[in-house]
Amino acid sequence: MALLQIDNLTVEFETASGWFRAVDGVSMSVNSGEVLAIVGESGSGKSVAMLAVMGLLPWTAKITADRMLFEGRDIQNIGASERRKLIGKDIAMIFQEPIASLNPCFTVGFQIEEVLRIHLGLDKKARRERAIELFRQVGLPNPEERLNHFPHQMSGGQCQRVMIAIAIACDPKLLIADEPTTALDVTIQKQILDLLMSLQAKNGMGLIMITHDMGVVAETADRVVVQYKGKKMEEADVLSLFENPKSNYTKALLAALPENATGDRLTTVSQYFDGTPEPAGTSA
Amino acid sequence: MTEIKKSNTMLEVRDIKRDYELPGGLFKPKKIIHAVKGVSFSLERGKTLAIVGESGCGKSTLARMLTFIDEPTSGDLIIDGEKTDTRPGHLTPEMRQKVQIVFQNPYGSLNPRQKIGDVLGEPLLINTKISAAERRERANEMLVKVGLGPEHYNRYPHMFSGGQRQRIAIARALMMNPKLLVLDEPVSALDLSVQAQVLNLLADLQDEFGLTYVFISHDLSVVRYIADEVMVMYFGEAVEYGTRDEVFSDPKHEYTRSLFAATPRADVESIRARVARKKAASAA
Repeated sequence: MALLQIDNLTVEFETASGWFRAVDGVSMSVNSGEVLAIVGESGSGKSVAMLAVMGLLPWTAKITADRMLFEGRDIQNIGASERRKLIGKDIAMIFQEPIASLNPCFTVGFQIEEVLRIHLGLDKKARRERAIELFRQVGLPNPEERLNHFPHQMSGGQCQRVMIAIAIACDPKLLIADEPTTALDVTIQKQILDLLMSLQAKNGMGLIMITHDMGVVAETADRVVVQYKGKKMEEADVLSLFENPKSNYTKALLAALPENATGDRLTTVSQYFDGTPEPAGTSA
Repeated sequence: MTEIKKSNTMLEVRDIKRDYELPGGLFKPKKIIHAVKGVSFSLERGKTLAIVGESGCGKSTLARMLTFIDEPTSGDLIIDGEKTDTRPGHLTPEMRQKVQIVFQNPYGSLNPRQKIGDVLGEPLLINTKISAAERRERANEMLVKVGLGPEHYNRYPHMFSGGQRQRIAIARALMMNPKLLVLDEPVSALDLSVQAQVLNLLADLQDEFGLTYVFISHDLSVVRYIADEVMVMYFGEAVEYGTRDEVFSDPKHEYTRSLFAATPRADVESIRARVARKKAASAA
C-alpha cells in the first residue's frame, strides 16, 4: 500500500475571469522510503498540489479528488482537529524561505519544543533533551546554546536546518520539501540535500521534493513527476527520465539546461514545445 | 604594442578594495569589514567575465564599485582606457553612460507605478536633450530588440512575467548605449525555460552591440556556458582567476574544487552511479 495516494486531484481558484484551474487531474503516489521529485516551472501547480494534501490552502480554493489517502486513510474530508493531529506529526513540510517560515518573535528552541509538546506531550526536561538531540542530528553546532537564539541571529542555511529539525521532530512518515534549497548557495545546498537524503535513508520515510532545478532532481530522486500548467506531463524513474524522456516538455526542459548546450545558443522550450499540454498517457 | 593592448582592454581593475565601517558603541570599538580585499583583473572588449562565489563573498560589492554605486576605498578602475575618478562629483556623465547594471530581482528593480515606456525613456530624459517623440521611438526600438513589442509601451511592470521583466531591465540598461554591462545574477530568479531565453538574448545583444559583460552568478552550469573568463571569490579575495577552460578543467584553489563538488550533476552517468549506490546500500 502506498504511503500517500492521490487520484485525479483538481484545485481551482476563483478569479475575476472565472475559475482558474491550478492543478488539473493529477494523480501520484509515494511509498515509504521513496524519494519522489515533482518538477515544474513556477505556476505549474506543483506546490499547490502538496498544499492541498497538507490542508494549507485557503477556504476559497475548490479541491476535488477521486481519492486522497494517507496510509489508506482518507485525508480529503477529514475534520480540522483530526488533521491537526496528523499534520506536523506524520506528514511534515519544509518551505522555500527558511527565514520567513520561522516565527521571528520566538527563539528556535521554543518553536521546536512547541511541536514536541503538542504532538508528543513530552515534559519540559524531555523536550529540551530531544530538541538538543535533533539539532545535533541536523548538524547545528553548539545545540544547547542555539536553542536560545532567534531566527535573525542565524544564517539562511542554519535556519533551514532548524526547519528540518522541526519537521523531523516527530519522526514523520512523509516529508514534503517545497524548494528546500532554492534560496541557498550551492555549497549549502549540497549540505542540506545530503542531510535530507541521509535522514530519509535512516528513518525510511517517504520524501517528496518539489523543485524546478533538474540538478537537484538528478541528485536526489528515485521517481520523478513532471508538471506543466497544472497537468502531469510525465512520470518516470529518474534514470529513464534523463536517459529517454517521453514527453516533449521534458525533452525541452532537458535541452534548456546550460550543460546540454550544443553550439553557441541554448535550445529554448518553445523550440520543442508549443505550449499545449498533452496528457501523460498519450505520449508515453 | 602597448597602444594596441590598451585599445583592446575594456575594463581593468587594479588592487581594488572596499571597507565598510560598522559604528561602535560606548564600549564597543569601531569595526571595519573588508568586503573586497584587493582584487585585480582585466577584461577585453566583447568578452564575458563571470564572477562566482557564495553570498557574502563580496561579488556584489565589486559590482557596485564597477558601476560607481559605491566608491572604492582604494585601487584603480580603468574603463575603456581611461582611469576613472570615482570620488563623488568627479564622475563625468560619459563615464556613467558607458557602464550599466542589471539587477538580480526583476520584481524589485522596476518601479511598480511607472509604465514600461517611461522606464526606458527615463535614462534619455535625464542624460540627453532628445525630444519626447524620439525618446518614444527609441524605447519602442529597444523593446523590439529585447524580444518584446511596441504594444508593451504603455503597460505596467505587474503585467509582465519574470522573464519579460528581466528583458525590460536589460532594455533599460541598454538605452544609453553602454559598452560595459554588469549583470548581477540576472537569471537566478528565473525558471529554467525562461533562463535559456534570457541567456540567448544576452548572447545576441553581445554580438550585435559588441558589449562587454561582467556576469555575477553562483550557478556554475550557467557560468560554464556563458563565460570567457572566470573569477572565483571567497571572503573578499579572488582565489581563482583564469580562462573558463583553465578554471573548469584544472581548479587550483580548495574552495573552487569544493564549489565544483557541490554543484548538482544532471548527466545520465552520475545518475546511474547514484542509483546503483543507493541499491547497494539498501541491499546491504
